[in-house]
Amino acid sequence: MMAFVDTGRRAGPKPIAAGEVLLEVEGISLAFGGVKALNSISFDIRKGEVRAIIGPNGAGKTSMLNVINGFYHPQHGRITYRGEVRRRQRPDTAAQQGISRTFQNVALFKGLTTLENIMAGRALKMNVGFFWQCLRVGPALNEEIAHRRKVEEIIDFLEIEHIRKVPVGKLPYGLKKRVELGRALAQEPELLLLDEPMAGMNLEEKEDMSRFILDVREQFGTTIALIEHDMGVVMDISDRVVVLDYGRKIADGTPDEVQKNQDVIDAYLGVQH
Amino acid sequence: MFYREAGQFKTGYADDMAVFPIRQDRIGIAVILAIAYLAVPMFGSPFFVSTIMIPMLILTMAAIGLNILTGYAGLISLGTGAFMGVGAYACFKLATAFPDVNVLVWVLASGFFSAAIGVVFGLPSLRIKGLYLAVATLAAQFFLQWCFVRIGWLTNYSSSGSIEAARRSLFGVQITGPGASETARYLCVLTLLVALTWIASNIVRGRIGRKWMMVRDMDIAAELMGVRLLPTKLLAFAVSSYFCGVAGAMLLFFHYGSMESIAFNIELSFQVLFMVIIGGLGSLIGSYLGAGFIAALPVVIKFAPQILGIELPSAVVDQVTVMIIGGLIIFFLIVEPHGFARLWQIGKQKLRVWPFPY
Repeated sequence: MMAFVDTGRRAGPKPIAAGEVLLEVEGISLAFGGVKALNSISFDIRKGEVRAIIGPNGAGKTSMLNVINGFYHPQHGRITYRGEVRRRQRPDTAAQQGISRTFQNVALFKGLTTLENIMAGRALKMNVGFFWQCLRVGPALNEEIAHRRKVEEIIDFLEIEHIRKVPVGKLPYGLKKRVELGRALAQEPELLLLDEPMAGMNLEEKEDMSRFILDVREQFGTTIALIEHDMGVVMDISDRVVVLDYGRKIADGTPDEVQKNQDVIDAYLGVQH
Repeated sequence: MFYREAGQFKTGYADDMAVFPIRQDRIGIAVILAIAYLAVPMFGSPFFVSTIMIPMLILTMAAIGLNILTGYAGLISLGTGAFMGVGAYACFKLATAFPDVNVLVWVLASGFFSAAIGVVFGLPSLRIKGLYLAVATLAAQFFLQWCFVRIGWLTNYSSSGSIEAARRSLFGVQITGPGASETARYLCVLTLLVALTWIASNIVRGRIGRKWMMVRDMDIAAELMGVRLLPTKLLAFAVSSYFCGVAGAMLLFFHYGSMESIAFNIELSFQVLFMVIIGGLGSLIGSYLGAGFIAALPVVIKFAPQILGIELPSAVVDQVTVMIIGGLIIFFLIVEPHGFARLWQIGKQKLRVWPFPY
């Protein structure tokens, strides 16, 4: 029906099969002046998995996401995305390659409604020219309606129909997080980065959000990398976990392996001196 | 009671995204247009049309321009007056160089010159934001005004340094220059304003407007979602300056008829900025309300004593007008910092649920 719906990833030369490596970071080091935020970190994210990045506060988790996003430029190391080594790039290129994200402190466009926020997520996919935009007829209107349809699907999926036209500034925190997830989904990402999607939520909201995350993977086949502090959630929903502490990787493996790792236990509980 | 949307069902997304999705609003806008096109020219006195309506509509156009930049894209500019000047001077040069082409074409074309200049002065906006950007645009204000005075070519080396609107007509009716009737000038201004408002509303509701608001509200998130900041901001400068330029050209051709560079000074920039802030940032209807307030109210207050039959020395009236306007501005900013547009929305909402409180 709508031709553009499936052409989201314009880079996509070949589809990557589930289980293959989608993104690989090797020896990433990032320093701000004298502060070493990341120290020679390597791990990979496989297509179709839920990959958790955990660690105590200040471990460098968000910095890691910012590096993947292209927002920070590491001094050393290499990032391979979809089999291609990535060069230093502008932040907006990552979005073009199919990487979208949510933020630790909700970064919605607060003057816009829920609907407009999610429509904003489709900014990259809309390209009818300025002339038609001025008249808002023909191609411009058709494009707008087609994308609106797609956005309504996401609104349905996240069960936020009732707040469709509410300015997001007025929403409670839990819903804001959900709208932000919707905005990221609107980009039809191949890799979805979630920065503490459940921070500050109550148990019920956490359960909802966990379900949405798993449903996203199920329905859209999206690969998910998430940062989370709630260990229960992390252990339940993620396939593999990488643990950072003071900018170093201290463990990597399935939730069970990581839970038993002595370094991880030390990092979280402290070591007796 | 009359303002209800009950029973009006939307059957498609196009209906839902219309400018006026509610039938009563559509009737309302039709009535307003009818009054503007028929009642005002027929019943309005020449004084009312030429002293209140024309400048008010022209300044509305400038306010829409600045609102696109400041309200939608979040970039403060103090160069509005100068950008309007660019439009006026460009239109003057074009109209004198090519007298055979209809002047309305040149009024619309002059906006492109001001858009180009706007883009040049918008370049710093990638690096600087907020008040610092406002200061950077001050450079545009002073530099361009200096150009208007110093570059004789712009005024065709007129000895007085002023530019004048030549006599031009449309369909045999004189619309500009000395002797043009205020009705003809008013109708030209109104038509241009209505057409460009429609375009502005199309732009801000679509893809481009959303990008501007993304940049305004959270530029980092916008960037990570694939919006390239510089082209987006420069487009805002271009479109905004286009509107200001057309407003400037209209000011010369349809209102004053003859202007000097001093008319495009910083005071004009501030006047338009106040209109946008008082009217409501990020709202087209706010631009109308703000311009109506700032442009028309002084005239009304000034001539109210005369109409009421009270004799006051004109100097006193002038001073009192300024004081009242200043007081009202402060009052409205305290009562409703989001401007008239917000008051308008609240009023509509109240009307919708009336007679119930919510």
